[in-house]
This record gives sequence, C-alpha cells and structure tokens, in this order.
Amino acid sequence: MSLLQINNLNVRFGDAKAVPVVDGLDLSVEKGEVLAIVGESGSGKSVTMMALMGLIDAPGIVTADSMTFDGSDMLKLSARQRRNVVGKDLAMVFQDPMTALNPSYTVGFQIEEVLRQHLGLRGKAARLRALELLKKVEIPAAESRLDAYPHQLSGGMSQRVAIAMAIAGEPKLLIADEPTTALDVTIQAQIMELLLNLQQERDMALILITHDLAVVAETARRVCVMYAGQAVEIGQVPELFEVPAHPYSEALLAAIPEHSEGAARLATLPGIVPGRYDRPQGCLLSPRCPYVQDNCRQQRPSLDRQAHSLVRCFYPLNQEVA
Amino acid sequence: MFSFIARRLGLLIPTFFGITLLTFALIRLIPGDPVEVMMGERRVDPEMHAQAMERLGLNKPLPVQYLDYITKLAQGDLGESLRTRESVWKEFLTLFPATLELALAALLFAGVFGLLAGVIAALKRGSLLDHGVMGISLTGYSMPIFWWGLILIMFFSVSLGWTPVSERISSLYDIEPITGFMLIDTLFSEEEGAFKDALMHLILPAIVLGTIPLAVIARMTRSSMLEVLREDYIRTARAKGLSPGRVVFVHGLRNALIPVLTVFGLQVGTLLGGAVLTETIFSWPGIGKWLIEAIGARDYPVVQNGILLIACLVILVNFVVDILYGLVNPRIRHQR
Repeated sequence: MSLLQINNLNVRFGDAKAVPVVDGLDLSVEKGEVLAIVGESGSGKSVTMMALMGLIDAPGIVTADSMTFDGSDMLKLSARQRRNVVGKDLAMVFQDPMTALNPSYTVGFQIEEVLRQHLGLRGKAARLRALELLKKVEIPAAESRLDAYPHQLSGGMSQRVAIAMAIAGEPKLLIADEPTTALDVTIQAQIMELLLNLQQERDMALILITHDLAVVAETARRVCVMYAGQAVEIGQVPELFEVPAHPYSEALLAAIPEHSEGAARLATLPGIVPGRYDRPQGCLLSPRCPYVQDNCRQQRPSLDRQAHSLVRCFYPLNQEVA
Repeated sequence: MFSFIARRLGLLIPTFFGITLLTFALIRLIPGDPVEVMMGERRVDPEMHAQAMERLGLNKPLPVQYLDYITKLAQGDLGESLRTRESVWKEFLTLFPATLELALAALLFAGVFGLLAGVIAALKRGSLLDHGVMGISLTGYSMPIFWWGLILIMFFSVSLGWTPVSERISSLYDIEPITGFMLIDTLFSEEEGAFKDALMHLILPAIVLGTIPLAVIARMTRSSMLEVLREDYIRTARAKGLSPGRVVFVHGLRNALIPVLTVFGLQVGTLLGGAVLTETIFSWPGIGKWLIEAIGARDYPVVQNGILLIACLVILVNFVVDILYGLVNPRIRHQR
C-alpha cells in the first residue's frame, strides 16, 4: 500500500459551486520515494499540500474520495488526531525561510517545541536533541545557534532551521514547497543536497514542489505535472523529460533556457493559466495548446495510461517511440 | 542603547521648561488669586489683599516670579502649599499611592479584558461577536468619564447597593499606611473584612478609569492580531501540529503584543488625566482630587509642581515602555 494515496481531491474557495483550485487530483507517493510536482504559479501545487496538512481554512473547502496517509484517511481524522500526525509523520518545509520562523523565539525554542509536542521530550533531553538536529542540518557552531533569534540568521541558515524543525518528528513524508526559491543560487544547491541526503538516510518520502526542472531531473524518480488544478501528466523521470506526452509538459521543458540555446528568445507558451471566469469548457489547456483540435474545446480529457505515463490529453505526443 | 538613552534625556530638558512655563502661565490666567479665594465671600480689603500678595511674593512682575520659581526648582525645592503650609513634595508622596493603586487597577482591568476582547474579535473576525465587541469598545472609547462614572454609581451603588460610592475604604476601618496601597495595607492590618472593603471601593473607579484604555487596547490588539495571524510563521506553527490555543497565544499574541505595548505606555498619560475626573467623582483621595482642589484654591505651588511631577511620571513611563519594547521584541534588543 502506498504511503500517501489521494483520490479525487477538490479544493474550492467560497461555496461548492466555486471554480476548484484543485480539480479532481489523484496522486500517490510510495514509502521512501521522491516525487516532484511541477507547474507554473497558480496551478494548485501548494494548495494541494496545504489541504493534505489540514491548513486550508474557511472559506476553503476540501473534499476528496479519500486522502490516506500511512493507513488513515486524513479527512476522517478529528482535528486532534490530525495534529498528532501533522508535524510528526507528515511535515512540511515552506518557501520563504525568512518569514517562516517566529521572530520572537529562539531557534532552540522553536525546534524543542516540536520535540515536546510529538516526542514528549523536555528540558535537557529536548535541548540535546535540538542540538543534534541542528548538527544534522549542517549548521556551523550549532551550540551557539540554539539561542539565536531568526533575524540573526541568513536565509540559508533559516531554511536549515526550518528543515531541522520539520525532521524533528522523524516524518515518513516530508513536503518541501519550493524550498530553495527564496534563496541565493549558491545556497540552493546546498539545501537541495541536504534534503536529498536526509531523504536517503532516513528512507523518508519526499514531495518536492518546484519550478526548477533541472532539480527535478537530478533528484526525483517520478514527476507530476500540474496545470490549472489538475494533474496533466504523471510519469517516471527520464521518460517524461525525454518524451513528454502532454503538450504542457513539452512546453515546460522547452522553456528551460538550455533548450533555447542559440535562439533569440526563450520558448514560451503564450497566455496564462485560466482563472475563475475564463475557465474553458473543454481541455483546460485548449486556449494555449499549439496542437489543439476541435473536440479539445468541447470535452475534457481524463488522466489515462499512455505509452510512458499517465496523461490527460486526447492527442498525446511522442507515443510512437514506445 | 547608551546613545539612545542620552538622546531621550536630552529631549527632556526643553520638555521640562515647556511644562513649567505652561503651568505657570495657565494657572495665573484663571481669574482670581490665592488671597481672594482664601478670603472667600467676604469683601476683600484692598490693603490687606496687597499685603498678603506681597507676603506671598505674588506682587512681583511675572518674569521675576517665574525666575524665582525656576531657581527654587533647580535647588530641588518644590515649595509648599499656600493652603496647608505642607511641602508639595510631601503631600504628593502621601497622595500618590492612592492614584497609583487606582491607575494600576484600571490598567490591569484594561489590559486583561482589552487583550482578551481583541484576541476574540480577531479570531472571530467578521462575526457578530467581532462586531459586538468592537462596537462596545468604540462606545467605551467615546464615553465621557464623568458621565460614565455617574451612571455606574447610580446602577451598582445606588440601585443594586453592591459597591460603596466614595473614598478608598469605609470609615469603620483604621488602616495604617505602610505601603500606601490600600489593598496591601489592609492585608497587613488585622482588621477583618478590610481587604474586601478596600477592594469593593476600588472596583468601580478602576472600571471607570480603565474603560478608555480598554477600548484602545482591544482595538489595537484586534488589528495587530489580524495582521500577525496572516504571517507565515503562524502557518509554520500550525504545520508543527500545535494546538490552536498554542498557535494563537504563544505564536500569535506574543508578536501582536509589540504594538499593543506602545499603546499601553501612551495610555498612562490618558490614565492620569482620567484620574483627575475619576477621583473627583469617587472622592478618591489621590493626586487628581488634590490638583482639582488646588486649582480651585489657586494654590499656585501645588498646581505648578503637581502637574510637573505628573508630567515627569508620564515621561518616565514612556521611557520604561521603550525599554520593555526591546525585551518583547528581540529584533530591537539586538540592534547595536
């Protein structure tokens, strides 16, 4: 059984008739697996993870046929039961480390808080464990950092602290929501390496939300491409990069600067993700798709198994290579 | 930090002169003089009047009087009351604990309920409860103190008979002033029921005096809390699986408190101003009532120096708040 199995997840803001931000998403993650979720801003990547963590507040509405993590359906748990899972077995690292830590408390306090909440560690034991965690995330002079406040740390340091906090409960699944986007380029690689080392060492599953396809190519085994709240293609990493089946996947790959070498402009997909009022009746990509056919504008395709991957398209690309 | 304190102290000097000049001038602008008031309804014999004025040094030109006043101040002499012949400083010290006790009780009332109301309103934003709490707080803020005091007296003291109307304690008890705080002194005294009696005397004036600060603190807490609850670190705290109470109070309120604390400090001025009215309504034997009576009697030294002392107090409190600010907010503490 998969560690995480999401079936038909819908997230709406407003009432039940509002346009879904996440639209019928199916997703699974195996134990110890690295799954990357890619897609442009507004495609519902973060909202999906927030829904899983139970962080969507009213007026947000989360529905799903099931959202099973580690054997229990997260939507059926009481708030208290869910809080015993979140922060412990299921943890998350956020995008901007400079604002993700509470400015009023020391690094040590914020890590020890997780240890106290989920592992029952107190006093000296908690402090020692927090120190170990800081060393684990490779923070230099860890001892003195325990009593530092977030504003005394750089962005990279803060993200390491945030990671230490996230792994404090020994999670089975760690969600990293664009963990390097807000950091300097030189730091990005270090943080990614740290995350992957931790993932391998602990045999922890990792969901990596990112814009950076180069990172995906190097790290993930599987990738889920999202567009306008839907998964449009889910496949293994080398295949999806070599022979993308969905026009949107192809467009994303074409937009990598390396692929446009020698060209005057980067390849782009014209238009933007459809919003609340211009949601097409047919395939959500139809207004922007270079391969669009008539029936694409009328009907919505479903996510089906094709040669290399699961694809949501009537006319998947690169099928002959099979 | 040192240069910060030095700069603040430097600012005190012009403030100090401004206050002395203002009180000196204002009290003399009021028609009548101490001698006339002392003579009362009787016709004043012009010759006696002139003699008395000369004895008090009030016949000299105003600039000379001001210079005399400042010279004495510089020597640490606050003068003595024209009415009681007591030293102003001594009278102030005797009466100040009563005002301080009242002000602290009011601040406690305002702080506890203001924070609570603000937090609740922020958590239930847009709900009936939010509008209710904020509506009441706006009403409280707009309430004239003297009217509000009288209404409360009518209701709780006269109609219901729950609380006494005036003074700090019933005349039944003879409490020796050790600290000057009636609540503490009654605990030291062996007299049974004295503490409860003092408490009942304190409640109503404290509520009256605390109403405006309460409203200000509630509104400030609400808006500050709303802002903080949107912060990323609140999401982080929730992602840790912490209980909602811990998220709101430990992670939210601590940060929301920073601007509220400033308001707290600013309210001390309002509080001492309000004390003048509250003490008059409740016959509370504090410096507010003392000053009002001194103004009535044109007791120049008491008015001038009493107000000066209160002004120094307000400045001091704001100074302390600035330092507290650093304690609550580590980002300020670590600025070098």
